[in-house]
Amino acid sequence: MGANQAYITGIGQSEVGVRLTRSPMGLTLDAVREALDEAGLTLEQIDGVSTYPGKMPMYLGFSPIGADELIEALGLKTTWHCGGAELPAQLSAISAAAMAVQAGLARHVICFRTVYEAAALARPEEFPSPRRQYVDGLSQWTAPFFAISAANWTAQYAMRHMKRYGMTREQLAQVALNAHANAALNPRALVKKPLTMDEYMSARMISTPFGLYDCDRFTDCSTVVIVSASDAIDEVKCKPIRIAASAGSVERYSWDQAEWVSAYPTGRDLWLRTDYKPKDVDTVQLYDGFSFLPITWLEGLGFCEVGEGGKFIEGGTRIARDGELPMNSFGGQLGAGRMHGFGFAHEAVTQLRGLGGARQIPGDPKVAVATSGGGPMAAALLLAKD
Amino acid sequence: MSVPRPRPKLDNDNRPFWRGGAEGKLNIMKCGDCGAFTHPPRQICRHCQSENMAPEAVAGTGTIDSYTINHQAWMPGLEVPFVIARVKLDGVPGVYLTTNIVGCPVDAVDFEDKVRVTFEEQDGIYYPLFEKAG
Repeated sequence: MGANQAYITGIGQSEVGVRLTRSPMGLTLDAVREALDEAGLTLEQIDGVSTYPGKMPMYLGFSPIGADELIEALGLKTTWHCGGAELPAQLSAISAAAMAVQAGLARHVICFRTVYEAAALARPEEFPSPRRQYVDGLSQWTAPFFAISAANWTAQYAMRHMKRYGMTREQLAQVALNAHANAALNPRALVKKPLTMDEYMSARMISTPFGLYDCDRFTDCSTVVIVSASDAIDEVKCKPIRIAASAGSVERYSWDQAEWVSAYPTGRDLWLRTDYKPKDVDTVQLYDGFSFLPITWLEGLGFCEVGEGGKFIEGGTRIARDGELPMNSFGGQLGAGRMHGFGFAHEAVTQLRGLGGARQIPGDPKVAVATSGGGPMAAALLLAKD
Repeated sequence: MSVPRPRPKLDNDNRPFWRGGAEGKLNIMKCGDCGAFTHPPRQICRHCQSENMAPEAVAGTGTIDSYTINHQAWMPGLEVPFVIARVKLDGVPGVYLTTNIVGCPVDAVDFEDKVRVTFEEQDGIYYPLFEKAG
């Protein structure tokens, strides 16, 4: 327990589903209560809130709850909070909280991400999709060409990887197969059964090389992690997990001008801020909004050379729960649901505490990496059980 | 693709790009001081921060840096499949355009294909699409 560190203490998650009827605030409260219970904390001890990307009134399904609203709903007296999209990817909300507790601005910070995209789509009368006359901002450079989805943008990075380095669809499939196999052991996961290579290969194509099982899907849930200061963890009853390092970057503020996805510089930067090395890592929880993205993270974090990520996961044994580098043991977003980044931190902590139940990886994992983001924005956390 | 293309909102930064096709020009913002290009377009050079910026009509040819064949109808009536590509523009270092490759079957598109701009007009917006050259 070094001086002036930041720790993840309580973690919590709501029910995870599609087209849920419980309100977004209700789901958020469920996740907060679970995190407080695990930590043995009360709302009176919470003095900070951090979220990404903040409430988005135009796209309530994407982000229905902001920091201000949660502070109001919980009756908190906070000394620090933040919530915004102008951060390098989702887990930067946790890095910001870590900096806040290290700077003495808060002692226990609720970090949360609530998503409600499936329910919002199903209830357009409550969550009208914006009827926009124009596209502006970054979308003006892609939407006019019907490159509407991040699937289209990310697919082009993946196609180039296949061309340049010989990555195959069979290799991409391992990310999805691993995700489904692990999700089948996670009681909260959307997916309930394993996926076969035949099912993967015969699924309809979305945007080459991505078929249906290469893409995550809209999910309703809330995920919470509490970040606590060094001098506050003796108030906590669960095993604190230290945030040993964090990194985040934006390669270009644009999906189509970047030469590389930001996992590469972010992965490099993470190791500049710690004495740990990739060989010390017991499990990785890598953002898989699309199957290709964990491959970029494995390369960017230095678990293999750039261009070797496809071969690294070939056959799937290396990233399986009993493999040398267990990956996305909760099912990732492809299997457990699109928790939008926070699921990876939640699972890393779960595994380091040995609380994974049927999906717990063997041994006594002590160091984990959790990442979020893909394309031009990326954030990574290195977590350690001291 | 049969449905109207999403329409960009014109402003002082992007107007030369989206309306250049009226004169057959593919306009990219160029710095009058350092000579570098800035895209997406801005009135300040992203390389030297000069404010001496003006649209430059570039060659309108390039190569396919990457592409994807889109099979998903993201909006009602959108006809699929079609090709979305990232084109590396000749003579415009560091600038890519997301676009559609038209005028050929989707499976005729490959990396490094030479392409040339062709404009599709819709309500005063000139969408720069690309077709295979030669």
